[in-house]
Amino acid sequence: MMLRALFLALALFSIGAQANEAAPLATDPVAEKRLQDLSTELRCLVCQNQTIADSNAELAQDLRTEIRGMIQAGKSDKEIIDFMVTRYGDFVLYRPPVKGITLLLWGGPVALMLFGLFALIRYLRQRATRLADDQPLSADEASRAAELLEEIKPK
Amino acid sequence: MNRYFWILGGFAALVVLLAVGLNLNPRDVPSPLVGKPAPAFSLNVLAQPQQTLGPKDMLGKVWLLNVWSSWCVSCRQEHPVLVEFSKQSKVPLIGLNYKEVRGDGEFDMSKMSVEDEKKLAFQRANRWLSQHGDPYTLTVMDLDGRVGIDYGVYGVPETYVIDKAGMIRMKHTGPISPDVLTQKILPLLAELNK
Repeated sequence: MMLRALFLALALFSIGAQANEAAPLATDPVAEKRLQDLSTELRCLVCQNQTIADSNAELAQDLRTEIRGMIQAGKSDKEIIDFMVTRYGDFVLYRPPVKGITLLLWGGPVALMLFGLFALIRYLRQRATRLADDQPLSADEASRAAELLEEIKPK
Repeated sequence: MNRYFWILGGFAALVVLLAVGLNLNPRDVPSPLVGKPAPAFSLNVLAQPQQTLGPKDMLGKVWLLNVWSSWCVSCRQEHPVLVEFSKQSKVPLIGLNYKEVRGDGEFDMSKMSVEDEKKLAFQRANRWLSQHGDPYTLTVMDLDGRVGIDYGVYGVPETYVIDKAGMIRMKHTGPISPDVLTQKILPLLAELNK
C-alpha cells in the first residue's frame, strides 16, 4: 500500500515535470493548457516527426514563444493555426485538411482495405465453387487411393 | 499463372512506390508563400547599422533573398556558388542573416543583453563575410528570427526568388547547388526580368 502510494506520487510528479519542460515560463495555467494543446497539433519542421510540444529544436522553441504571445494577445485557436499554415503550409498540421491534394492520404488506407476485402471475397467465392465442382472419385481412383494408403500405413 | 501475375505485379508496384518515396527529399516541403507577396520587414543593414531595408525598397526589381548564418554548416557549402553568381549576375542578392548569435547554441542568452547580442551578431557576420567572400548586395540582420518565422524558414540556408511586384516566385530549401542555380534559378530570373 505504502509502495503503491509512493509509485503513484512518483508517476504524477514525472507527468508534471514533463509538462513543465515544454513550457518553462508557465504562469497562467489556462493559457499554458491551450499552448500545450495547440503545440501537439503542430509539426516541428526541423525534426518532422515530432510535434512542436515534443521538440527541443530551436525553431520549436521559437514557435512556442510565438504561440504563447498570440494567446496572450487574445487570438483564437483558429487564428493561431492559420498563422502557422500561411507560413509553413498544411504540412505543419498533424491532421491535414481533406482536400484534393490530401485525398490519397486520407482515402488511401480505406481504398487499400476495400481492395483487400474485395480480393479476399473473390478468392473465397472462387474457392467455394472450385470445391463444389470437385467430382467424387471414380471406382478406379478409389481403389488406387486405398492401395496407396495401405502402402504407407505404419506396420 | 494468373496468381503469379498478381503477386509479381503487387511486388513491382511496391518497389516503384518505395523507389519514388525514398528518393523524395523530406525537407522539400512546398512553401505556401510561393505566389504570395513577400512578407514585409524592416531590418538593420549589416554594413550600415543605422539604416534599414525591407521588401518595399526592392519593388520594381527581381531579387533573391538568401537566408544564412555563420553557424550554418550547409551555408558554407553553397557559399562559393553564391559568390560566383554575384560576379556574373546583376540580380540583387540580399542576405538575411538568421539568428546569428542565439541560433548558434553556444551562448547562454539569458545572460546576454540585447545590445551585446546585436554587437556580437554584427561582428560575427562581418568576420564570416570577410573570411569567405561577400556575395550579397546587402545583408540584413534578423537577430531574433522573427522575420524568419514570417518567411516560414525552418532550415538554413533557404533562398527566395522575388519578382518586380514583390511576389515570391520560388523557394529553395537547403544549399543551392550549381545544378539548382543553372537549371532552376537562372532560367526563372531570366524569365522574370524579360
